Amino acid sequence: MSTDLQTRTAAQPGERARAPQGPWRSNIGLKIIMAVSGILLVLFIIAHMAGNLHVFEGREEMNAYAAGLRSFGEPLLPHESFLWIMRIGLIAAALAHIWSAVVLTRRAMVARPVRYASRKPARGESRHAVATMRWGAIVIVLFVVWHLLDLTWRTVNPVKDIHDAYGAVLATFSPERWPVTVFYLLALVALGFHLRHGIWSAVQTISGPNTKWRGRTQAISLAVAVVVVAGFAIVPLAVTFELVS
Amino acid sequence: MKLSLRIWRQPDADTPGKMVSYEIDDVSEDASFLEMLDVLNERLIAEGEDPVAFDHDCREGICGACSLMIDGQAHGPQAATTTCQLHMRKFKDGDQIDVEPWRAGAFPVIKDLVVDRTAFDRIIQAGGYISAPTGTAPDAHAVPVPKQDADAAFSAAACIGCGACVAACPNGSGMLFMGAKVAHLGLMPQGQPERHTRVLGMVAAHDEAGFGGCTNTGECAAACPKEIGLDVIGRLNRDFRKAAARAA
Ligand code: HEM
Ligand code: SF4
Ligand code: FES
Repeated sequence: MSTDLQTRTAAQPGERARAPQGPWRSNIGLKIIMAVSGILLVLFIIAHMAGNLHVFEGREEMNAYAAGLRSFGEPLLPHESFLWIMRIGLIAAALAHIWSAVVLTRRAMVARPVRYASRKPARGESRHAVATMRWGAIVIVLFVVWHLLDLTWRTVNPVKDIHDAYGAVLATFSPERWPVTVFYLLALVALGFHLRHGIWSAVQTISGPNTKWRGRTQAISLAVAVVVVAGFAIVPLAVTFELVS
Repeated sequence: MKLSLRIWRQPDADTPGKMVSYEIDDVSEDASFLEMLDVLNERLIAEGEDPVAFDHDCREGICGACSLMIDGQAHGPQAATTTCQLHMRKFKDGDQIDVEPWRAGAFPVIKDLVVDRTAFDRIIQAGGYISAPTGTAPDAHAVPVPKQDADAAFSAAACIGCGACVAACPNGSGMLFMGAKVAHLGLMPQGQPERHTRVLGMVAAHDEAGFGGCTNTGECAAACPKEIGLDVIGRLNRDFRKAAARAA
């Protein structure tokens, strides 16, 4: 009979990711690494966005800016040394960011192995983050690869002269290469969503503001995302619609 | 009213379960959700079937035992309400209601809707306490506590350890629960001596139990019957950062 006392097998704890070693490998530790590297990437992205706007000043100015990045600090510093310090820092931040993101995503998938049969729309404060952060990140990775091939190494860009940054930008967004522009704008949307959640999330992870300041960082985060997306988008749009030529 | 229920039935931890449909008539609007399940169980027992196992204890919203995922929402559709305090008047005649257990790697199903939440106990054992000399109760004002801190600690102490936050979290994270404990104890003078070891110990036990990391989506706070806010997670992060920097 069902009301009889029955012995039953103890529940086995679910499969789990390997137990982390040391505080910095813990979920919060990795989250701090993700947040700090993410903020460095945000600073880079803002500087990059501002730098791109030189395109509106014409060929000489833009190329002088690009050359200036290479000769920064000369003759005190060797040629391109400043550029390489920035590049090494950027690569380190990107690797730390992607590594912590991958480890945390894998742990999260193990921590939530069974889906609910009944699913309701999310109702949390940053409810779009799950979809936009992880899928958006894949779009951003693809974009970064394309971007390096296009404007850094010029592998897929018709303008091979490294010193003609202006010409390369005009060539890549020329009207007949519209799919490149569309992909660029799509990647920007992904970046915008990433920043909209990422910036306030990083502040929450690093400094843990109170409820009032959390609301403020969410507003700032949205504003930065909008400015960054608009600042980047205006360049290809201006070139495609031949406002810059 | 008349309802069709789909309930997760699983004989034991090792046997796979499935959703099973039950029709139930004459449900009183004044019944709580658990009383509605009691009525169903009476019928199942009379029919010689195994009743639906579910956790419950106080039935007044203070113990944290009840734990049902109702229509994909932890503790059901009503905000700031435990399953035992949810009443059938929140549903309509003819509704179909899905009832599932909490889902998380760290909360394995024991039977039907009952999950093993001892992982939370291990987190508490790893730091969710204070060491204080016992004896007669001290005078109420022997240790002054600023009013703001006392209020914030009291709000955090409202956590009943139900696990709805974990169940609602897309990453199966226990950060809201852990944050509530860290905030509650860390805001009080009595909680200061163990403040650093507490947060390091609790976080290690949390990860060891297989809970995931927080992505600040806020599903936990939306599900919490005691309205614990995301600010406790911020406080937890802050305490952790300081303690980890010290330990390094
Ligand atoms: C290169 C590919 C990238 C990948 C694979 C990636 C991946 C991720 C993932 C998975 C998260 C966690 C989301 C969550 O917690 O739900 C995240 C957070 C974040 N990302 Fe990225 N991201 C990338 C690029 C960027 C870029 C270019 C920036 C800045 C411009 C950035 C800034 C941030 C920030 C600030 C956070 C928040 C950290 C936190 O939640 O504490 N990411 N990223
Ligand atoms: S924080 Fe809220 S949802 Fe989580 S265990 Fe405590 S009372 Fe339950
Ligand atoms: S049974 Fe105690 S809180 Fe619901």
